[in-house]
Order: sequence, then structure tokens, then C-alpha cells
Amino acid sequence: MREIRAEQITEAVARLSMEANFELEDDVQKAIEEAFEKEESPAGKEVLRQILENSQIARTERMPICQDTGYAVVFAELGQDLHIVGGDFEAAVNEGVRSGYTEGYLRKSVLSDPIKGANTGDNTPAIVHLRIVPGDTLKLWIVPKGGGSENMSKIAMMKPADGVEGVKRFVVDCVRTASGNPCPPVVVGVGIGGTFEYCAYLAKKALLRMIGSTHPDSYYAELEKELLELVNDTGVGPMGLGGRVTALSVNIEAAPRHIASFPVSVNMNCHAARHKMVEL
Amino acid sequence: MAEHKLTTPLSEEDVRKLEAGDTVSLTGVVYTARDAAHKRLVELLEAGKELPIPLEGQLIYYVGPAPTPPGKVIGSAGPTTSYRMDPYSPILLEHGLRGMIGKGARSEPVVEAMKKYGAVYFAATGGAAALISRSIVSAEVIAYEDLGAEAIRKLEVKDFPLIVAQDSSGGNVYEEGQKQYAR
Ligand code: SF4
Repeated sequence: MREIRAEQITEAVARLSMEANFELEDDVQKAIEEAFEKEESPAGKEVLRQILENSQIARTERMPICQDTGYAVVFAELGQDLHIVGGDFEAAVNEGVRSGYTEGYLRKSVLSDPIKGANTGDNTPAIVHLRIVPGDTLKLWIVPKGGGSENMSKIAMMKPADGVEGVKRFVVDCVRTASGNPCPPVVVGVGIGGTFEYCAYLAKKALLRMIGSTHPDSYYAELEKELLELVNDTGVGPMGLGGRVTALSVNIEAAPRHIASFPVSVNMNCHAARHKMVEL
Repeated sequence: MAEHKLTTPLSEEDVRKLEAGDTVSLTGVVYTARDAAHKRLVELLEAGKELPIPLEGQLIYYVGPAPTPPGKVIGSAGPTTSYRMDPYSPILLEHGLRGMIGKGARSEPVVEAMKKYGAVYFAATGGAAALISRSIVSAEVIAYEDLGAEAIRKLEVKDFPLIVAQDSSGGNVYEEGQKQYAR
């Protein structure tokens, strides 16, 4: 059986926490460059110009793109033929967050308890979504998630009768009412189906997908395209100041559902759509 | 849409001539405060006690900066979402606060107080935090150090790029701009 040491996980998480916050991923960078070309509103164009200049400064000076360096959300796919030695998995991830957020001068934004809590001081604990899969590798996605866009996320337990038209209404309404708050242009993660909690997970998972990639199911690929147009027709524009580009991408994750339930969720991500992946 | 160069503190007259959509290059002192600091400030005002910062003619910038790396004045320091401060803003405006800097639209009670006392709401570009940190020439924690990123800082800014998002006569760039580009 293949083995990896827990400290390799720690090192990877630490490095990716910093890289994700300093370097806008290529897919996001490219999407914002395209948005800058497309944008017609002068205020919107100026916002996009600042975002691009900011990305350049962050990259060269190794400063965070945004001061909100996020809650550290980690998706992991652990091959069942891989053996982690020398420590436990979640502790290794948390140690990585701790050292990455400290070494990188990233902001610590986590409270130990939602009501009674104080700042944990090292941005732990991470939120870990772990799946056991066939194989002998460990895939890790680090998604530092900002609060401003997270707060504009929603879930609805719709009626099956609402159908796909209901989904469209919900998503567009969510983007319109979020207005400038989630730092548009946004990436819209949409979960359709599953149960209440799984649907929210799907919307978050949808944010891992590369902007510009096509949904493997042609039905959802079409729906994503249509939703992107509808969302951009709201006119919300960069930072809500009005414009043609409100979203960089709409990403859907769909799952089987109960015959009586039709959950739909939207997880909003800002233009600082940070995500990094590594395979160990 | 006009372009202005402004230096803090601002008078009511300075602010009354600003219109939603105008761009502003701001220089001078601004104070930082977010959710937790606002709660404390308002508790002090309600108890009739003195505040750790002056309000008259001043601006509050909604920001919780990233830690300062070695050799820098401040870490990345972009705006946070403003509506969370809406419950606290009217009373601060009543006590002389001249304006606020953040991102996203403000609610009706805040707008009413802005109209009444002559104040303005500026938007900075959310997520352009490394860029904005270059407009900050000095930073000093002056109150509530225990709040960490949420402590109150006195910042000196130079040519901080802003847009007048909501003005003192009810003008609103979000409504006007979005209507113009909706299809
Ligand atoms: S929504 Fe995103 S870009 Fe905007 S302040 Fe929050 S983390 Fe930064």
C-alpha cells in the first residue's frame, strides 16, 4: 500500500493557502481580462481595471488579493489504497492552515464559537469535505472563502412543480438581490437536487470547477450558458455599479433527489475566486 | 460625472456638492471600524461617554486589514460589505460623522440620516485590497487592539480612489447604474 506522511499534507495545505491568496488562478485571471474587454460601463470598466492591477500587485509582492483571506475550505478525495502515516488527516490539514496563514500574513477570520467565540488566532479549524475514492493518491482543493460573497448565498426547498423555470428564477433573483455586496463579477455555484444539506454542499463544490470548462452533461452545459446570460442581463455589473458583466461563470452540480423534494442552492463567489488543487 | 480631489476632514458643504457616480481621489485621515468596533462605539454614545475617535467631519472606512508584512505600512486593505454597519450608522451620523467608505448599498434609515445631517457614502473596489494598500501612507491602531483585524486604526491615505455611491440628496449609483444596463 502506498504511504504518505501527514506532514506532506501539512506542507501542501500551507503552500496552497498562500498561493491561492497571492495568485489569482489562471482561469479567473483570464475571465476577468475578457470581462474588461467586454464591459461597456465606464464605472464597471474602471473596477475591472483596478481588479487586474490588484492581481498583478498581489502576485509580484506576495500580498493577499483581498484582505479577507477567507475561511479555509478544503475538499479532499482520498484514495482508499493510500495510507497516511505519522499523524491524523484533519490535524495535518489544520496544521497546514495554521502555518500558511501565519507565514503568509493572511488574515485570521475564524471565531471559535458562533455566539460565544473569540478569534482562534490562526484561522483554524478548516472546513473539510472528505470523500474516499478508488486509487492511491490524495487530491486536495483549497478554497479560501470570503465572507462577503458567502453571505449572499441561499438555499430553497422548491416544489418539484417549480421545475427548471423555478431554478432560473431563483438563481437570477439571488444575483439581483445580492447586487454589489458579493463583489461582482461573481462566480455562481448552483446546486440542484440532493437533500437539504447535500444541496448546499453541491453549490460549494461547483465553485471548484475551472471557469470556461464545459459541464459534462450537455443539458446542464446549456442551462449554465442560459443562466449566465440571464444573470448578466440583470445589469448589476462590476461591484454593483451597473454594467454588462455581473458573473464570470455559472457552474452547476446536480444530484438525484427525493420525489417530493426539489432543493436548489446558490453559493456566491466573488471575483477573488480562489481555488488551488494538488494531487499527492 | 465630476471628478473631485478631497482632503479630510470634510465640511457639510464639501459633501453636499458630491453626486452619486462622481469619482473622488481622497487624501487625509480616515478611521477604520467594522462590526465589533461599531457595536462598542454605539454603546459608548448611548451611555453618553466619550469616543476614542473624533466624529465631526470625519470618515469611517469599513476595513479589517490583513496583517502587516515586514517592510509594509499595512497589509491588504480593501472594503468590507457596508450593510452590516447599517444598524449603527444613523447615530454616528447624528453625532457628526461626515461619511463612510465601504462596498455595497446602504439601507433607507442610513440614507435618511445622510440627507438630514449632510453625509456621503463612498464605495471602494472590493477585492482590490493590495492596490488600495498602496494609497495608505500610515496606519496606527488607536483603539480596541483586542479586536485584532477589527481594531480601530487611524489611516493616512493619499489619492485613495473612490466613487460616490450614495449622496446626501438620495442619489444612488447602484439603482441608476443597474437600471441603465439591465436588459
Ligand atoms: S467578497 Fe470576496 S473580494 Fe469581496 S471583500 Fe469578500 S473576499 Fe474580498
